[in-house]
Amino acid sequence: MPEKPKVAFYWCASCGGCEESVVDLAEEILGVVNAVDIVFWPVAMDFKKQDVEAISDGGILVSLINGAVRTSEQEEMAKLLRRKSALVVAYGSCAHMGGIPGLANQFDREQILRYVYEESPSTINELHTRPQTASPEGGHTLTLPEFRSMVRTLDQVIPVDYYLPGCPPVPRMLKAALDTLLSGNLPPKGTVLGPDTAMCEECPRKESKPADLAYTAFRRPHEVIIQPETCLLAQGVICMGPATRGGCGAQCVTGNMPCSGCFGPTSRVMDQGAKILSAIASSLSAKETEGIDRTLATIPDPVGTFYRYGLPGSLLRRKIADHN
Amino acid sequence: MPETNGHDAPRVGFYVCHCGHNIAGIVDVAEVARFAGTLPNVIVARDYKYMCSDPGQELIITDIREHRLNRIVVASCSPLLHEHTFRVATEKGGLNPFYFQMVNIREDVSWVTENHDAATHKALDLVRAAVRRVAHHRSLATKHVRIHPDVLVVGAGISGIHAALTLANAGKKVTLVEREPTIGGHMAMFDKTFPTLDCAACILTPKMSAVKNHPNITLWSYSEVSEVSGYVGSYTVKVKRKPRFVSEELCVGCMECIDACVYKEGKTPDEFNQGLSKRKPVYIPFPQATPQVVLIDPDTCIEFKSGRCKKTCVEKCDRNAIDFKQKEEIKEIQVGTIILATGFKTFDPKRIPYYGYGKYPNVYSSLEVERLVNASGPTGGDLVLRDGRHPKTVGIIHCVGSRDRNTNRWCSRTCCMYSLKLAHLLKEHSEAEVYNFYIDIRAAGKAYEEFYDKLLEENIHFIRGRVAEVTDWSARPEEEGKMIIRVEDTLIGVVRRVPVDMVVLAVGMEPQADSQDVRRMFNISCSTEGFFLERHPKLAPVDTFTDGIFIAGACQGPKDIPDSVAQAGAAAAQALSLIDAGEVELEPNTAYVVEESCSGCKSCLNICPYTAITRDETRQKAFINEALCKGCGTCVATCPSGAIRQNLFEDEQIFSEIEGLLQEKESVLTGGGAWRAPA
Repeated sequence: MPEKPKVAFYWCASCGGCEESVVDLAEEILGVVNAVDIVFWPVAMDFKKQDVEAISDGGILVSLINGAVRTSEQEEMAKLLRRKSALVVAYGSCAHMGGIPGLANQFDREQILRYVYEESPSTINELHTRPQTASPEGGHTLTLPEFRSMVRTLDQVIPVDYYLPGCPPVPRMLKAALDTLLSGNLPPKGTVLGPDTAMCEECPRKESKPADLAYTAFRRPHEVIIQPETCLLAQGVICMGPATRGGCGAQCVTGNMPCSGCFGPTSRVMDQGAKILSAIASSLSAKETEGIDRTLATIPDPVGTFYRYGLPGSLLRRKIADHN
Repeated sequence: MPETNGHDAPRVGFYVCHCGHNIAGIVDVAEVARFAGTLPNVIVARDYKYMCSDPGQELIITDIREHRLNRIVVASCSPLLHEHTFRVATEKGGLNPFYFQMVNIREDVSWVTENHDAATHKALDLVRAAVRRVAHHRSLATKHVRIHPDVLVVGAGISGIHAALTLANAGKKVTLVEREPTIGGHMAMFDKTFPTLDCAACILTPKMSAVKNHPNITLWSYSEVSEVSGYVGSYTVKVKRKPRFVSEELCVGCMECIDACVYKEGKTPDEFNQGLSKRKPVYIPFPQATPQVVLIDPDTCIEFKSGRCKKTCVEKCDRNAIDFKQKEEIKEIQVGTIILATGFKTFDPKRIPYYGYGKYPNVYSSLEVERLVNASGPTGGDLVLRDGRHPKTVGIIHCVGSRDRNTNRWCSRTCCMYSLKLAHLLKEHSEAEVYNFYIDIRAAGKAYEEFYDKLLEENIHFIRGRVAEVTDWSARPEEEGKMIIRVEDTLIGVVRRVPVDMVVLAVGMEPQADSQDVRRMFNISCSTEGFFLERHPKLAPVDTFTDGIFIAGACQGPKDIPDSVAQAGAAAAQALSLIDAGEVELEPNTAYVVEESCSGCKSCLNICPYTAITRDETRQKAFINEALCKGCGTCVATCPSGAIRQNLFEDEQIFSEIEGLLQEKESVLTGGGAWRAPA
């Protein structure tokens, strides 16, 4: 019997939702297991780093890596898997664009550590102890991965062949992606494995969107009873749909919530947040500075709204703190 | 020669121009050429004294052929000046002209610094950016649109009349739209014109009749343009024709209905006479009004107010021209070009309360005085004041609502000269003592200074100083019953009190009250003060930023009759040159929708300042009309999914240019990130 192609799953800075989405393949996963040999999947199977190291370079057909890269350990594992794999897929929003963990790039390392280990309301730490990469303990040295200065997307750490977008990716797209990769009929490197038009295309509310939105104020989902059939933008709720790659089947909108942008921009767009901002800003009712400011003040968290999944991968990338 | 394929590896020819000393005096052009020669893809790099000269262009043409170049970069002056020149040279060499990129190292570099090193350094950065950018250029086709030969002229004052006649005499069909019941504009109200003292009506009314009778002119008076759509060569215009309640076809202007009106005397202030007389509900603005058709004012006509008038006017009209049921009509026309000659409004002197207009009956605006001294005016030319007296002293106050921080800062350009004219006419009509209170006498025009000299010999008094106040508070017995003009005479350095019987306020010229609405409707711009903005203040004074729309006369800024007529002729000539060319070439820097990428989200529909974007409702995709697109890029920036692109401003072109500029420093745009270059 010929050897089955080897597949690895790995997680970096992530929530576990991407792992969950693999399991969400449900009975389809049996087909996957039949077709491939899963050689590494820390969340589900008991393989160790040494097992990966033992595989010949390039011996894994594809590694699907989710999560953003924040620690030295994640970087090390990403590099190891890159060496061992013919193909690397950045799986899910965090690996693709930095994801929710990437919002930490609004703060520098010192701010984060100080807050988490000293200042947060639930912390009592009179000795100001902070995690150390190496600490002696009973004649041994305990080590921890290093907490790097910023969150990076997977492709800012290693070359990435393909991207599977979403927070998390939908099982249907994972299945299609695996089929494609196993078929050997590979798309061009760098392809995001999904449609390349904005989510609006598949949105059931598209036709209810007026051409002239003329915003006077924006409302967050909890501040308004969202009408189930009208375009969310027309209701003053920021929906990232126009600036977000489709493929999810308009899941959030169908669930009466706005698109929050997890599939990232289309291939033609460099900065998803900037794009939706420029579209929304073009539709403000006010024409003078004061009115514009008043309207925009109704968006309390612009970075979290427009760059929710993509700050590290955007042009903004991170905030460089001013310590003066 | 077959056109070079843009997919071949780029072979760039680079040229830096000395522009005599203009560039070479500051920028080290030899170094720029040497540096360019080291850049990737650059096959030839030269510096030359004048790239725009024939030998300069020949250099490009020969190099393209000899070195199989497929991209050209020239570092010289502003693209506005010579982009076309070099595109043509590129084309002559056998390349598509849009494989050319220009670098402005004159206006942007050598003219803005005296620091040689900094200038050369900046030039190198710009050159590196252009060389990187030009690799991404594509072959583009210039498009043409046909020009509809008919013309719309809006406003029938002297400018509109002159433009319409010029075009009509050239055989073009003109629709002339005028808001008022008669054409003629302000000029029809004037008594005489400076500096020749021609009677305004005598020189204007023949032109008015010519308009009315011209077979190529359709005159729609008492009408307003209500909607404009389309683009250069193909405008669709809707015109609202307000009801006169008198048939224009049937009325011959005998005016017997006016005599027959149940009102024995007029009760409504006469608009044409600036309210100095009264008119009836059925009226004609003035005897030579064109068209010679009366109209009925429904606000004052008894039939409209109560429905119970004896309608003596109807009885009297043997042509049955009166029609109380006439309705507003909307007409639609197709034209290729439009001339706006919508004129000005005079400054409202009530805005300067200390000059007493509206408070003292014998304070007049200059336009009122034009009517007062006019032989066909409300007093038949008799200079009689509102209180029935004849003035023995008159004071003319210049610059009312002009050259004034509190009102309008601009000079209205005509007030000095018409004040001189009115001074002459007032003296002629009344032998009164006439005082002019002026800041400066601006008599810059042919024979204007001579006219001023003549006035100085007519015993007209000139007091240099801005008037502080007009008051009736007398301080001396000789001031009793008079208005006193208080002014600092800056030539002798004393404050003077000049008692007069009549004050004339030389009011300035302002944009029409609805100039902003009109500008929006025709999609043109206004300068800060509200006058229509010309494309270039010196070199394109009657063009606007919207192709095919021209401006003439005082809607563009204060001007006198000769200047207005000159501009009207220029606007007509510009329209004619478009019409006779038959078609117009469109700059290909337009935006376009990549249809398969468009999600149909409608974000772009409302943001286009030129209304060039529509949505194909069956396919649910956006569509850009190239003829309307001006290449402003607003939709390109707005499209949230990057489905709109723009020729000559493609993302790869712009980003490679930025990367070229920043290359010496850290590259901020490359090195990962979610963005992938399109495959």
